[in-house]
Amino acid sequence: MKNGIEIRWHGRGGQGAKTAALLLADVAFKTGQNVQGFPEYGPERMGAPITAYNRISPDKIRVHSNIYTPDYVVVVDETLLDSVDVTAGLKEDGAIIINTSKSREEVMDKLNDYEGRVYTVDARKISVETLGKNFPNSPMLAATVAVSNVMPRETFIKEMKASYKHKFAKKPEVIAGNMKALEMAYDTVAEAIEKDMSLSA
Amino acid sequence: MAIKERMSGNEAVSFAIRQVNPDVMPAFPITPSTEIPQMVSTYISNGEIDTEFIPVESEHSSMSAAIGAEAAGARTLTATSSAGLALMWEELLLAASNRLPLVMTLVNRTLSGPININCDHSDGMGARDTGWIQIYAENNQEAYDNFIQAYPIAEDARVHLPVMICQDGFITSHAVENIELLEDKPVKDFVGEYEPEEYLLNPGKPIAVGPYSVSNYAMEAKKNQEEALENSKEVILEVAKKFAEISGREYGLFEEYKTADADYIMLIMGSAAGTAKEAVDHLRSKGKKVGILKLRVFRPFPAEEIAQALKGCKAVAIMDRCESYNGNGGPLGSEVTQGLYRSKVMIEAVNYIYGLAGRDFTVNEVYDIFAELEDIVVNGKKVEQHKYIGLR
Repeated sequence: MKNGIEIRWHGRGGQGAKTAALLLADVAFKTGQNVQGFPEYGPERMGAPITAYNRISPDKIRVHSNIYTPDYVVVVDETLLDSVDVTAGLKEDGAIIINTSKSREEVMDKLNDYEGRVYTVDARKISVETLGKNFPNSPMLAATVAVSNVMPRETFIKEMKASYKHKFAKKPEVIAGNMKALEMAYDTVAEAIEKDMSLSA
Repeated sequence: MAIKERMSGNEAVSFAIRQVNPDVMPAFPITPSTEIPQMVSTYISNGEIDTEFIPVESEHSSMSAAIGAEAAGARTLTATSSAGLALMWEELLLAASNRLPLVMTLVNRTLSGPININCDHSDGMGARDTGWIQIYAENNQEAYDNFIQAYPIAEDARVHLPVMICQDGFITSHAVENIELLEDKPVKDFVGEYEPEEYLLNPGKPIAVGPYSVSNYAMEAKKNQEEALENSKEVILEVAKKFAEISGREYGLFEEYKTADADYIMLIMGSAAGTAKEAVDHLRSKGKKVGILKLRVFRPFPAEEIAQALKGCKAVAIMDRCESYNGNGGPLGSEVTQGLYRSKVMIEAVNYIYGLAGRDFTVNEVYDIFAELEDIVVNGKKVEQHKYIGLR
């Protein structure tokens, strides 16, 4: 793929990593991009490691293989850092986004000397605060959009709101919490990015 | 007006089913095709279509019910994958030999064992000699487009044969990608109403379907069936031409991608063709004369057309996503080389087996294969003619 970005998601069955990848494809489509969102299925069961992928490009996407040299990696479950080589092939000018309550310094030793950007976001805390339950995928989706910059914050929020309105037509009471989760996660990561930029400037 | 959408391959085929609104759909769920009967059931329960859905207890029954419904005069559909198709084996032959123009949407998945849910073509290839027309898709768009063309091909008086519309399990069936949909009306007009000349529920013209045939007649019936399959080639092309008029998308028996001046061609079918095209563009930018022949119609097999398309190149990689267990090569390997021999096209031909049971097939592997073809032609490298790629 000449233009565009590739994202690899690592999660565990039941955490919604696949759903997050499909949602990202959905919102990117709405901004006029060509998209691909697909899961890699192993034995399907709750808790088993799963991988999902996104390609987003201004050009038509033809490749139908998995992603080996992603621009971004998203780790929805930090326990995977112990068992999966999450930074494999990850581009040095890309970034990894990890759902953890730890700081980036605390997780660095599990990233195989990855030299690109590292962002941590406590998606569990955000989810519990806003939704009362641990659904880490929405905050991780927002964090991914913030880091990859596939669309402006405004567009993302607007499209996600429309998406949730449709998705949760029968339980509109959860929409506000989900939107809050997205905004909190986005802003947490955007702040970290800004701080990095001012340090490197 | 085309509708720009994004959806998975299973969603795309289900959407086409909604637009065609077949009369009867017997089905039994099996991964990765399960979503299709699931989504169609939703369309039915929402009142969007009036297809009669028949839940059955096995695929043996779903194909039996499909045969019964189609023989009765109903436009019929079913969906399956893998072991489900294998369980239909006997009925597949009945559907074709009774000349019933029903349609199956096959989401390709490997057969056991080891038990595995992922893509290869061993299910479809296992049914390659059952008399069904088989059309394969590279992506969700083609799965959608091919489905819309299925009934006009199957029901044509020159054909009267069942059609399998195939797509790669998970790789396209579960991948969300951009797609251009047609509006309902042009699709309905294109497919038209089903008006069978002869059918069981026609008291004015009683017929028997599937009676015993003595040896004096049975062989002629089989020959007629073979002729119908041969006829279907021109019908497939005619239908494709008409489809281009409503969609702007052109289809043939196969697609030739940058083959006109190519020294080296990869012949491939299904989703991996997209990956191969990506690799070809990169190699072309480095001055390599390479191209892709993507087979769309596997049955009837366009042996001579393929041979003509390959005759200008120096070497071809024939890609099989299926092992035939015959000690001699995969189905495409065998049939393409036979076609080359008959047409006296004596180019180098290597049959690669790839992507079994969901093994990923990558752009880098396409580079390796083209490099190997070049090595054979330029340096006289000796290569096994039936070999595996991507094997650990």
